[in-house]
Amino acid sequence: MGWLSENGLLLGLAALDGLAYAASVFMVAVGLNLVFGVMRVLNVAHGSFYAIGAYTAASIGLAIAAAGLPSWLSLPALLVAAALVGLVLGPPIERLLLRRVEGQEPVLQLLVTFALFMILEDVQKLIWGVQPVSYDTPLKLLGTVDVPFGEDVIPFTAYQLYVLPGIAILTLVGLAWFLRRTLTGRIIVAVTTDREAATAMGINAARVTMLTFTCGTALAALGGALAVPTTAMVPGIGASTIVLSFAVVATAGLGQIEGAAVSALLIGLGRSFAVYFEPELEVVVPYLIMVAVLLLRPQGLFGVAETRRI
Amino acid sequence: MSRHIEWLAALLGAALLVLLAWSAPWLRFVLTVALAKGIAVLGLLLLLRAGQVSFGHALFVAFAAYAVAFAAPSVPEALLLLPLAALGSALVGLVVGLFVVRYREIFFGMLNLAISMVFYSLLEKFYSITKGTDGIRLPPVTIAGQALTGATYEWTVFGIALVLALAFGALVRVYLASSMGQALMGIKTRETRLEFMGVSGRRVLLAAYVLSALMGGVGGAIIAMTSRHVTPALAYWTASGELVFIGILGGAGSVVGPFLGAVAYELTRVYAAAAVADAWQLILGAVLLAVILFAPGGLWALLRGRRTA
Repeated sequence: MGWLSENGLLLGLAALDGLAYAASVFMVAVGLNLVFGVMRVLNVAHGSFYAIGAYTAASIGLAIAAAGLPSWLSLPALLVAAALVGLVLGPPIERLLLRRVEGQEPVLQLLVTFALFMILEDVQKLIWGVQPVSYDTPLKLLGTVDVPFGEDVIPFTAYQLYVLPGIAILTLVGLAWFLRRTLTGRIIVAVTTDREAATAMGINAARVTMLTFTCGTALAALGGALAVPTTAMVPGIGASTIVLSFAVVATAGLGQIEGAAVSALLIGLGRSFAVYFEPELEVVVPYLIMVAVLLLRPQGLFGVAETRRI
Repeated sequence: MSRHIEWLAALLGAALLVLLAWSAPWLRFVLTVALAKGIAVLGLLLLLRAGQVSFGHALFVAFAAYAVAFAAPSVPEALLLLPLAALGSALVGLVVGLFVVRYREIFFGMLNLAISMVFYSLLEKFYSITKGTDGIRLPPVTIAGQALTGATYEWTVFGIALVLALAFGALVRVYLASSMGQALMGIKTRETRLEFMGVSGRRVLLAAYVLSALMGGVGGAIIAMTSRHVTPALAYWTASGELVFIGILGGAGSVVGPFLGAVAYELTRVYAAAAVADAWQLILGAVLLAVILFAPGGLWALLRGRRTA
């Protein structure tokens, strides 16, 4: 028990940190998953949308501060930034690039998104420079909360404690409701399950694809916008985000929404514990979890094994 | 018919490279790296023939490069280091391969990605052994017992790369034409039929995977000896993406494609970086998009004047 009483506080802090981190990763991963379901393309540029969402949120927030507007506006500004990025980048990219390679070899489709990633990577540098961009008004605005932990208390920011997980849960519940209970959502599920049959039933699959891609882009941007108050944005953050969300999606199983939440938690907490106890393993842990899961369940934790096509 | 054209293209290309390296000495380094990457991409081409994309092949390049860097102080002989490092990569390829050949398509690609990223983080985080992102400088090595310096050393490494490129090009041609190569393409067309014929798809893919890891290792060893400095960036996923990029740029239809792609890629990169320092990735991305949208068979198909995507 000696170790636990010595490191108990650290353990609690790691758990809280991991929770907040998982929330932001979940947004990105669930967007990636949604897009993969409908388009069958693993979008490498998804990480760039995360980074651009973060940078845009910081720019809008700083503009609000510069204009002398009330600082509570900085919170809705995060959502506005995400929606803006989704609407500005999503439709043209889907229409002008991805639709043109639809039905081609998967390698080519993957590489189109890789090319897009390379382009967006430099676009970020050209617009926002290479210096770290940070913006923590929302964090300061909400102050800290003392979280009781045994006999001690852990001071933790209210933003990371309530806002991040709150929005993640809202997204999860909202998305599950949208996909299962609304007509548009069920159409998306239909196209995911069988594009050809859905089209035969009179569904405009092209429109559904564009809608889904825009939503996915906005979700990635939201993940970035929500992360910017807690992390400084530097070039290359999109590249590390995308591999992490690949790991989350593969661990969960492709096409799983609730599964993505569970594996985001698993990987978020795992990474966070590594940060506090074995910093060398920080980056390795998510992949170790993924490899271990795929060894035991090749279709992912919640994935449904596909029957072989003969 | 196509056989003669490929040989002709290969020899013509080799002569052209020598001429280029001779006329502009600073290009020698760029072209050696291009040849090294071409050999690694050639390995990737084997897997592409089976319809599988490894988004983590930089693992084998980086492994061999680090193997050279670690072994160079005790074995300072290039002609020993190169095969040793390449065999090391092949061995890693065998271990990783036993695991990943059970998966196809997206999962195959992602597992490769994950394993290469694990290796990347180990290189980056264990500073005491690998010196982290600073990387390791290579001590001078001898080639066939000769302590070469400056231009002579560069020319020799360039020559080795060129000879190996031709040799592996010929080997892959023979391999693809063999029954193992034919079975490899069967994985892409329909693996179930292959298994009905009593051929194990996994074993066929594993053999190709180990061979491709070996070629990745050869490429990595040459890169280490040319740049004389290895960093974890060699193993990052973008480096793997770059290899796939080169494969598609050159065209997967021929063994000449990877080298065509690698030379075009490196030259574009050097000139783009010189012209607009902050936007070379942007330019390369745009080139890649143009190739995919307008010439899906890659440069090789363009040169031959027909699309064979």
